[in-house]
Amino acid sequence: MVIAAAREIRDGERVFVGMRLPLLGFAVAKELHAPNAIGIFESGVVRDWPALEPIFTMSDPPNVAGALFCCGLIEVMSLLQSGRVEMGFIGGAEVDRHGNLNTHWVGDDGRRLRLPGSGGAADIATLAGRCVIIMNHERRRFVPRVRYITSPGYGDGAGWREQRGLAGGGPSRTISSLGIFSFDPATREMQIESYHPGVTVEEIREETDWPLSLAPDVTQTPAPSREELLAVRKYDPDGVWTS
Amino acid sequence: MPKLRSLRDAVAEEVEDGMSVFMGAALESLIPFAAGYEIIRQRKRGLTLMTTISDMQFDQLIGAGCAAKVCGAWVGNVAAGLGHNYRRAVERQEPGPLAVENHSNFSMALGLKAAAMGVPYLPTRTLMGSDFREEDAFAGVVCPFTGESLLAVRAVQPDVAILHVQRADAEGNAHVWGNLGVTQDAAMAAQKVVLTCEEIVPHEVILSDPNRTLVPGFLVAAVCCVPLGSHPSPTQGYSRRDDRFYFDYHAQSRERAGFDEWLDQWVLGVDGPDGYLERLGSERVADLEPDGNHMAAPVSYGM
Repeated sequence: MVIAAAREIRDGERVFVGMRLPLLGFAVAKELHAPNAIGIFESGVVRDWPALEPIFTMSDPPNVAGALFCCGLIEVMSLLQSGRVEMGFIGGAEVDRHGNLNTHWVGDDGRRLRLPGSGGAADIATLAGRCVIIMNHERRRFVPRVRYITSPGYGDGAGWREQRGLAGGGPSRTISSLGIFSFDPATREMQIESYHPGVTVEEIREETDWPLSLAPDVTQTPAPSREELLAVRKYDPDGVWTS
Repeated sequence: MPKLRSLRDAVAEEVEDGMSVFMGAALESLIPFAAGYEIIRQRKRGLTLMTTISDMQFDQLIGAGCAAKVCGAWVGNVAAGLGHNYRRAVERQEPGPLAVENHSNFSMALGLKAAAMGVPYLPTRTLMGSDFREEDAFAGVVCPFTGESLLAVRAVQPDVAILHVQRADAEGNAHVWGNLGVTQDAAMAAQKVVLTCEEIVPHEVILSDPNRTLVPGFLVAAVCCVPLGSHPSPTQGYSRRDDRFYFDYHAQSRERAGFDEWLDQWVLGVDGPDGYLERLGSERVADLEPDGNHMAAPVSYGM
C-alpha cells in the first residue's frame, strides 16, 4: 500500500501528505520518481525532502528540522483552498461506492461507536485537486453508503460535487490492502482497476459490501520493484508501518 | 497579580469551572499536558474543551470528569488509535455525558481567526459536502460580490487558551517555533492566555528576535516555567516525542479501571510538574533530549 501510495505522487506536485502510510509513501516517492514533489502537513510544515528520521506524527521534531517552511494551519489550508495543492491522501473507518469517507461514528449491533472525527481530512477531501483514499479492505469498511459523510467523495454520484460547489476534484483512486480502484467517469462509482499480487477479483468482491464493477483492462498491480522495497526499508527500517 | 506564577496558582486562578479552554493549538506538538494534569488535580468541572487535534490530552480530561463538552476536529490518540475515554463518554455517558460540536481543522482555525479579527464569522469553501456542516457553528452564506455559495464559520472565542511555548519572559512575551498550527490564532482569539514554557528568558532575548514573538505579553494572564510541560508531546529544540507513553496510555486506558490506575500513577498521585519529572525518571528524561543542534543561522535586525 505504501508503494502504491508513492506511485500516485507525480514529480513536482504539491501534496497534502497526512499521517501514517502516506508519510512513508511521500518519502518513497521523493527517493525514486518524484524528487521535486513538495510535502505539505496541516500542522504547518512544508518540506522539499523527507523527514530526517521515522516519525509517528507530522508534528514530530524530525519532520520540522530541515523543513522548507514552517507556518500556521491557516497558511497551508489557504494553499489548499486557493487551488494550489494538486493532491491529498485521506483515509477513514468506512468508504462507500462513491468514495465518501466516514470517521465520525459507525454502528455495532445497533450501538454507535464514536470515532475521532475529521481532523483535516474533510478539508482535504473537499479542496484538494484530487484525493487518494487509503484503506484496509474489509467488508465492514467497504459499504454501499457511509452512515455519515465526514470527507466527501462523489456524494451520491455524478454531478453531486458540482451541485454543492465543492472546489476540489474528488477522489481519483482508492488504494486498499487488496487492490487499486478508480472511479467511473460517467457514474463516479468505484471500480476495480487492479488486484494486488496474490489477490483475486473474487476475493475483493467478497470483502466489499456492494457489487463492485470492473474497470476496462483490469490487471494485476505491478509487484514492488527492488528499488521501491529498498526505499521503504530506508524510511521504515524497523517495519513500524510496513511489517 | 504577577504574571509569573506556579502552574498550580495559574490554573487555580485563571481556569474556572464551566469555562471554555483551548489546548493543543500546535496539533501534535507543544500540547500543554502539564497544565491538563493540573486541571485534573484541581478537579475542575464542566469545561468546554476546544481544539483542532487534541491527541490524547482530551481523552485524559474527559476520563477524569473535567469536561461537559468538546468542540474540535479530532479526539483520540494519534499514534495509537481511538480515545477510550472519549468513546465511553459519548457512547455510555461515563463518567458523565459529553456534548460534541464537530469541526474540521480548517473550520476551527477560521473560527478562531474570526474571533481574533473581531468579526462574527469568516467565509470558506471547505465542508460544503460534509454532514457536520449542519452544526450550529456553520451556515450557508452568499458572497455579495460574486454570488457564490460559501460556508460561514462562526467565530470561536475561548475563555482561555493554554499554550506551551519554548521560551517567554516574565511578562509573557513568547517565542515559539516549529509547526504552529493555530497557536497564534488561539492566542489572539481567547479572552486570555495562560502560557507554560520551557524556560523564562530576559526581556532582551525576546526583543532580539521580534519575528519569533508569536504571543505578545499583553494578551497573557499568566506564564509558568514548566520544563517538559508538553511531555509526552514534543517541544522542538527541547524534547522529543515520548511515543511509548502514548502506546502505554492507550493500552492501560482500554478499561476504566486501567485508566483510574493510570490517573493515580501519573496525575493524582503526583506532586505537580516536579513530581511528574521524578516519576518519569532521569534516564527517560535524558532519552527525550534532542540529538544534534540544528541551529538556525542568525539574522540581523541591524539599523
